[in-house]
Amino acid sequence: MFRYIVRRLLQGVLTFFGATFIVYALMFANQDDPLQALAGERPVTPAVRQYLTDYYHLNDPFLKQYGYYMKGLLTGDLGQSIGRNRPIKDLLMDAWPITLKLSIIAIIFAALLGVTAGVVAGIRRAGVFDYVTLLIALFLISLPFIVLAPMAQYLFGVELKIFPVTTGGNPSLYKLLLPGMALGTVALAVTLRLTRTSVTENLRADYVRTARAKGLSRQRIIGVHVLRNSLIPIITYLGVSLGDLMAGAIITEGVFNIPGVGFNLFQGIRTEDGPRVVGFVSVLVIIFIITNLVVDILYAVLDPRIRYE
Amino acid sequence: MSSSQMEPVATSVAVPAPTVEEVERPGVATGKPRSLFSDAMHDLRHNPIFWVALVLSLLVIVMAAFPSLFTPNNPADCQLNRQHAGPNGWAIFGYNFQGCDIFARSVYGARISVEVGFLSIAVLGTIALLIGVTGGYFGGWADAVLSRITEIVLGVPYLLAGIVLAKRLSAGQSSGIWTVVFVIGVLSWTTACRVVRSSVITAKNQDYVAAARMLGAGHARIMLRHILPNALAPFVVVLTIALGTAISTEATLTFLGIGIKPSGDGSTISWGLDISGAVPHVRESATPLIVPSVFLSVTVLSFIMLGDAIRDAFDPKLR
Repeated sequence: MFRYIVRRLLQGVLTFFGATFIVYALMFANQDDPLQALAGERPVTPAVRQYLTDYYHLNDPFLKQYGYYMKGLLTGDLGQSIGRNRPIKDLLMDAWPITLKLSIIAIIFAALLGVTAGVVAGIRRAGVFDYVTLLIALFLISLPFIVLAPMAQYLFGVELKIFPVTTGGNPSLYKLLLPGMALGTVALAVTLRLTRTSVTENLRADYVRTARAKGLSRQRIIGVHVLRNSLIPIITYLGVSLGDLMAGAIITEGVFNIPGVGFNLFQGIRTEDGPRVVGFVSVLVIIFIITNLVVDILYAVLDPRIRYE
Repeated sequence: MSSSQMEPVATSVAVPAPTVEEVERPGVATGKPRSLFSDAMHDLRHNPIFWVALVLSLLVIVMAAFPSLFTPNNPADCQLNRQHAGPNGWAIFGYNFQGCDIFARSVYGARISVEVGFLSIAVLGTIALLIGVTGGYFGGWADAVLSRITEIVLGVPYLLAGIVLAKRLSAGQSSGIWTVVFVIGVLSWTTACRVVRSSVITAKNQDYVAAARMLGAGHARIMLRHILPNALAPFVVVLTIALGTAISTEATLTFLGIGIKPSGDGSTISWGLDISGAVPHVRESATPLIVPSVFLSVTVLSFIMLGDAIRDAFDPKLR
């Protein structure tokens, strides 16, 4: 276990530097005019040009630039948004609580419904419920967010009028409910499929036969023994799904007008605000890497059989 | 191994390399034993999902090649005076905000999606094959380095890296499909690469490979004749699913404004563009949103279902 955690940590550090380097290099390496790329179609005034050159240390060698960028990231200095003339850190601070709320709604929605339906489908394998949920899950997994979010908005907001169509600033929990559920739909479908597979597998396991032979009730076998073992892969998945969740949040927040992290990125892309895009993406990549690290270690703690090769 | 547990959706079920041995299935003991391949084909022929997915996929491909078979209308013929006009005999779903025929635009939109999809899987398949076969076959430090690189690329959320890359590539120029193809190809080869690598490792330790080596076969011959055929089935499955995902990603990047860029005369037609143009006006008219959304979803769904069905048929562990 200790060996595993150390190796996983080392791997995490490597991924951290590799991934941030990729993001940085994607934006700045071998550019004729990186400033124009950052600003897009927007005309670059000499003041902005001067600021960006200074901030990104564009006159220094490339590796040194990357060093400064990393230093900024680690100390929380993300530079200045050229679209909104505010420090990117402030924009991020305003935005993250909203996105956190939205993701929590999405994850609770996905976990509750997905695990319940998955357990039922796994127990009644090859039944009607199993087939129907599997088909629905396959359908939902394939649905792109750019279809899912606008359609949810149209159906439940415009047509049925159950939820507000757009969310706007300082949203209440109720206003976040529809976008949160839309965001959680893909995770819901995957959770369902994963739960179903692992419940089916675990039902065949020897320890279930033992438990049954001991005369344990069906509720106890499924509720305690099977469910606990089936939840392990789902916890790992929910860690990985954070990447999808971030991608989905960009679209969902953009469509529903929720001033969160994804909306900032959405706006940053649309208004050609390069520093904001690079800053937000870098922070999200770091969150993604750390979450995956934590989830992997948690996984080893939960399942003692896991060893690193 | 924890890494296999970290795979995203499409690979949540590992794809083992099918062996050429004949597999006998308990319970279906009638008739002569079938090889894994004909067994899988038998399964596929009796799977309605496979047929539906196959027909829909072929339909989309035909639509991309010959859109004029499906609609006589010109998708670039947009007149603002019929903005959001309802359906008539000529335009069966009516007109969108720009006054273009919704159905015609959706039909013609298939072309860019299919082009981007196939070109992307060609790029990502090549990268995955090169890296996966090299790492899996030679092992040792080459594998260690290549695996670390794979982990790093996997460590960056796909769409986020795509946003940065696409933003940079599309700066200052009207971006055609090649930018999108490049972005998708370069960032999404990791899943396919892992599948190739693991099936190469499985195949490499088989006795017949050792026999071929003892008979004096070179690396190239062993790889091409003995190892690659084993990796082929799972590889094709991953690519089929990746095709669906690539189409979805193209539409997403385009929706965000960093994929396919609209040309001034409305002759660039993509589902992502049409969906993004319809979202702000959904309160006035929903058809311009619904029709391209259905086209996009059905296309993505049918390619993913096709891959799923083939994988289920070729993976004896799932039975």
